[in-house]
Amino acid sequence: MQEIEERLLCEISRKGRRAIDLEPIDSNHNRLGVDERQSIGLPELSEPQVLRHFVRLSQQNYSIDANFYPLGSCTMKHNPRQNEKFSRFSGFLNLHPLQPVSTAQGALSLMYELKRWLSELTGLPGVSLNPAAGAHGELAGMMVIHKAHEMRGRQRKVVLVPDSAHGTNPATAAMCGYTIKTIPSTKQGLVDMDLFKASLNDDTAAFMLTNPSTCGIFDPKVKEIADLLHENGAYFYCDGANFNAIAGKIRPADFGVDVMHINLHKTFSTPHGGGGPGSGPIVVTAELDPYLPVPNVVKTGGAYQLVNEDEKSIGRLKSFQGHFGMFTRALSYMLGHGADGIRRASEDAVLSANYIRASLNDLYHEPFPGNCMHECLLNDRHQRDAGITTMDIAKTLIEHGFHPMTVFFPLVVKNAMLIEPTESEPKETLDDFIGAMRQIAEDVKLGDVEKLKKNPISTPRRRVDEVKAVRDLKVTW
Amino acid sequence: MRYLPHTDSDRQEMLAKIGVNCVDDLYDNVPAECWPKGLPDLPTTKSELDVERIFVNYAKLNHAANDGPFFLGAGVYYHHIPATVDYIIQRSEFLTSYTPYQPEVSQGTLQYVFEFQSMVAALTGMEIANASMYDGSTSVTEAALMAKRITKREDVKIFGELHPQYRETLETYFSVIGGNIASNDPDESTACVIVQSPDFHGEIHDLTELRKKCDESGALLIVVVAEIVSLGLLPAPEVADIVVGECQSVGIPMMYGGPYAGFFACSKKHVRQMPGRICGETVDVEGRRSFVLTMNTREQHIRREKATSNICTNQGLCALAFTVHLSLLGEEGLKHLAKLNHQKACKLADALATIEGVTIQNKTFFNEFVAELPIESNDLVEKLAANGIIAGYALGGNRLLISATEMTTDSDVESLINAIKVEVK
Repeated sequence: MQEIEERLLCEISRKGRRAIDLEPIDSNHNRLGVDERQSIGLPELSEPQVLRHFVRLSQQNYSIDANFYPLGSCTMKHNPRQNEKFSRFSGFLNLHPLQPVSTAQGALSLMYELKRWLSELTGLPGVSLNPAAGAHGELAGMMVIHKAHEMRGRQRKVVLVPDSAHGTNPATAAMCGYTIKTIPSTKQGLVDMDLFKASLNDDTAAFMLTNPSTCGIFDPKVKEIADLLHENGAYFYCDGANFNAIAGKIRPADFGVDVMHINLHKTFSTPHGGGGPGSGPIVVTAELDPYLPVPNVVKTGGAYQLVNEDEKSIGRLKSFQGHFGMFTRALSYMLGHGADGIRRASEDAVLSANYIRASLNDLYHEPFPGNCMHECLLNDRHQRDAGITTMDIAKTLIEHGFHPMTVFFPLVVKNAMLIEPTESEPKETLDDFIGAMRQIAEDVKLGDVEKLKKNPISTPRRRVDEVKAVRDLKVTW
Repeated sequence: MRYLPHTDSDRQEMLAKIGVNCVDDLYDNVPAECWPKGLPDLPTTKSELDVERIFVNYAKLNHAANDGPFFLGAGVYYHHIPATVDYIIQRSEFLTSYTPYQPEVSQGTLQYVFEFQSMVAALTGMEIANASMYDGSTSVTEAALMAKRITKREDVKIFGELHPQYRETLETYFSVIGGNIASNDPDESTACVIVQSPDFHGEIHDLTELRKKCDESGALLIVVVAEIVSLGLLPAPEVADIVVGECQSVGIPMMYGGPYAGFFACSKKHVRQMPGRICGETVDVEGRRSFVLTMNTREQHIRREKATSNICTNQGLCALAFTVHLSLLGEEGLKHLAKLNHQKACKLADALATIEGVTIQNKTFFNEFVAELPIESNDLVEKLAANGIIAGYALGGNRLLISATEMTTDSDVESLINAIKVEVK
């Protein structure tokens, strides 16, 4: 990447510049009840300056379109451009969420079809498309579980969460008023069944488990876990972050899941957009279906309706019908792939992760040896004595032209490196990445520690001072 | 399949390297009882052209805002989006990048987030802003939760007409998190007073009186702005403690309800209680100005169950669209756009008032107001929709919530007036 320094908008502003020509104003009514605002403090630029500013900023970014992005648990797969094109059809783009449903039948039938796909792929009949993101889906799911206990007549107090879980899991359960009980993992990276059984009682509301796990392992005891939960009147919440390992092959319903959120921005290719927007629909069992949030799209006769009020529902979790612009993209991806393509994609994702694992586990420590799912977990144990940590390996990868893997997560492994190649990368790219990782390990062995510690050096910025950012907090110009 | 690069021989080579015979061997952890009995009832691979045909048909069944006269607002507004906005947000480097956890290769995202925060702060008259929330409704909810944390009080007082879906969202969160929507005047149990301005019915509220009430009771003042273009014409709500709302009106298409972006601004002393991502300025090892996600110790990936919110990300690309559009508008452009909206709405109000039996209910308004009709508003909306006119939002009874923006033409207004005249006869 070339080295660029781009000034802030306020630094290239000059009074009197315009980038938009608007219709002239030929009247001077004021029904505001107050005087018009005199000054705002916004910059003033021309159109070419605005364009150049943002194009130059874009050039300081890394992207999946340009390069390999092996972030574990993030599923940085190819984002087909057909999704972008179809989503921009005027019939979607210029459609208002509160129009009469008679004027939005196309949009509603699209949502209905997306629900069908999600239901078929997971085996769970109830679907809500409303949640805005994965964490919002977790909240929706946990509220549904909360409601189900309430309807049974006795609220429970505790949610079990493995120590390998995403931080959103305990944060969400806490929002719902539950106490968190952490279940440590075994040496194999699995749920410790003895500790799990010992923690499970009639105060347990749910177990929030990511399966396949954040260690990249499909838990072989998952069905037993589900059965134990159900015997105790508790629910199985599955974090669907890792659905890309099993979509089209294994259905969460078949391993006993009661509620799962699906990150459309992971498994179903809607672009990550530098941190959003995401979309986090949830799927639930028939028992929990009545509690799903409103609104819900239903089909009566030949027409589609939006149900905005429902006595049993947990209620509304955000305004309007969810991230519709992500529904169009996800369905476009699903229809393009087909069920057979989705299954093949999952298999290729798992194959690629194992290929990387098998090609690196002689040089990097593998905390949980054996086949993995769609992401492989390594750490810096063989490099640490030489003074090189996961952070240095990650930053050196940038110097080799690769985005780092997910680092320091999951927390159960010291200095974790979680690598998720996805199905989108050709074998040649995987080989290049493996070559870079092997080169780094060799450099560590040769004792070139000081050089590695300085990386990255050819990026738009080098390592930044995060402590200063907090100490001298400056969040506006 | 066009998205999958592995050839069969690639797959064989990779399986050999791993030391297994077939890909299902990699799924050997999956218990036998967990394999599905049959195939899903779903279609197989389709060409891009075939998928396009399906989407053309879905789109055709909708009546879009540009298909006829359009007067619906109610929290989502039909505004023009300059071509530059969509071009920028489709740049690969913005569209297909991840959350900027590695600042060395994410300065593009981080700098525009910093610029977004700066412009939100300027618009709202607040000291700081975060990197955005899901939307207006969740930003209001998160603001109320933050006020509860700061004041350690349970009651929330809503003043004026809050968007009903914002209110419902708040109620849903409160039903599990705890919290009470109170009807009395603020007192020592009130965490915050929430006021939307312009409110759901378009009315603009004087904040001075509310500020005084809040100061007397120790409650925080939360101002909600659902139509952010109004801040080009209305005074900044700088007397508030927290200002939140919806960014959709600037750069973000209506898209049948989302994705949008919520904004969240407040005074600096409350930064540790703020939800969501925050971008801050710092330097790199060579002393160059750099940007980085900061104040992370509030967040779920560090604090887990003690986090200020479970929110993970912002609405990156929507916040970018907002930032680009607002940069294009600039100081004078936003003022002009806001004024144009107000003038169009005033003309619409005058035109409606010429119809016998129609009265305008608002004392004040920006680009949206309530008209009292001589007939049921819901009937009118349905009948006009059948004739290609989206007339507004039926509030129940005879009241119609109706808005005008820069998109509204004289001929749109004329069509609407004529159509209403036919119905009220």
